[in-house]
Amino acid sequence: MALISFTPQLQRFTSTPEVQCAAATLREALEAAFGVNPRLRGYVLDDQGHLRANVVCFIDGRRCTERIALADPVRPDSRIYVLQALSGG
Amino acid sequence: MSTNDRAWVATRKGLFELRRRGGTWAIEHASFLGEPVSMFLPPSPGDSRMLASLTTGHYGTKLHASEDAGRTWAEVATPTYPTQPAGAEGPEWKLVLVWALERAGDTVWAGTLPGGLFRSADFGRSWQLVESLWNRKERLGWFGGGYPVPGIHSICAHPRRTGELLLGISCGGAWTTRDDGQTWALTASGMRANFMPPEMAGDPNIQDAHRIVRCAAAPDTLWCQHHGGIWRSTDNAASWHEITAAPVSSFGFAVAVHPHNPDVAWFVPAEADQRRVPVGAAMIVNRTRDGGATLETLREGLPQRHAYDLVYRHGLAVADDGEGLLMTSTSGGLWASTDAGDRWQTVSLNLPPAAAVRFG
Repeated sequence: MALISFTPQLQRFTSTPEVQCAAATLREALEAAFGVNPRLRGYVLDDQGHLRANVVCFIDGRRCTERIALADPVRPDSRIYVLQALSGG
Repeated sequence: MSTNDRAWVATRKGLFELRRRGGTWAIEHASFLGEPVSMFLPPSPGDSRMLASLTTGHYGTKLHASEDAGRTWAEVATPTYPTQPAGAEGPEWKLVLVWALERAGDTVWAGTLPGGLFRSADFGRSWQLVESLWNRKERLGWFGGGYPVPGIHSICAHPRRTGELLLGISCGGAWTTRDDGQTWALTASGMRANFMPPEMAGDPNIQDAHRIVRCAAAPDTLWCQHHGGIWRSTDNAASWHEITAAPVSSFGFAVAVHPHNPDVAWFVPAEADQRRVPVGAAMIVNRTRDGGATLETLREGLPQRHAYDLVYRHGLAVADDGEGLLMTSTSGGLWASTDAGDRWQTVSLNLPPAAAVRFG
């Protein structure tokens, strides 16, 4: 099972469950996490279901650059991190 | 609790509650410390509920509601745009910012970037896009003013006629509904945008109305601080007339109107659009008491040397008594007056950059 986890920075807004899932794509893995905490969806995806501009995902150490379909492949033993891109002041 | 003695300031790093005790304003409580708050809805008489809109840097806009006048908060629904049809023109159907929050009866209205108006009948637990406005073909003629996409910053409910609203849009003029949002009319005739090509300068649909306010006691009177100056309507936005008497400068963002006297209004000028600082680095407020025939410049108590504060659209508020004023700047200044602007007291010079101040 793939494992998806979220930046602890999100915990000040909502719970960030670490979810094991049988996902074939990044979107499927995200949907598995949203199934545990539906409020998480709006923090990671925008109105159109695209990855938010300042959120970044890594699968097995590789940064996902496609932000609309979120079709990057996920293996059964993949490790997925959903993190924030650094910005601000 | 008098609504003249309590207020809030929305800033880039939190929402601050202010109280006036013994004639002096002070910061009393902070919510969302460290988070950008773009707008909020203060309590109304007999109702302690509030809404606050956070524009988090990474995770988008989120709305929070309070049942106890801002002491505790819980997240509620975020206004969300529907799925954008393939090939749809105009800005992306994605919420950028909640720029205006107003209540009218049991309805809460949210004005947003990129130009959508949302309504909630359950105080933010759910929101519906007002598609009758969003689907107007004229919307595609709007453009950004201060942001890359257009936005609704002013929502002026009619205090006596349920279902009547006037919206101010940068840059999309002023729009009015009289049937609770079913149909809309463009109501910015008379405004003029000198930054546009000459043949388009009078087009009501592209006016950059920086801020529009309505007099509660005389709702046919509306005041507009426009990108190109000051305009007033005395016929409920059927026509707008430029006010040319402002001393020092007529450029600015904020305007407030006396709640009981439609002839009294305040403005906070900056030098010009290409240099958005106080003229001569001296903070002033312009006030008219005769409907704009004359304006006087008020300076007492405001910094007069090396002041580079800009007061943004929602950075000036008047209390219900028409005497109390609060003004806050994008440099973190906060000033108060209890005599309609004749004299000002500094409340703070160290707030985070401020977006809005409201009594409540």
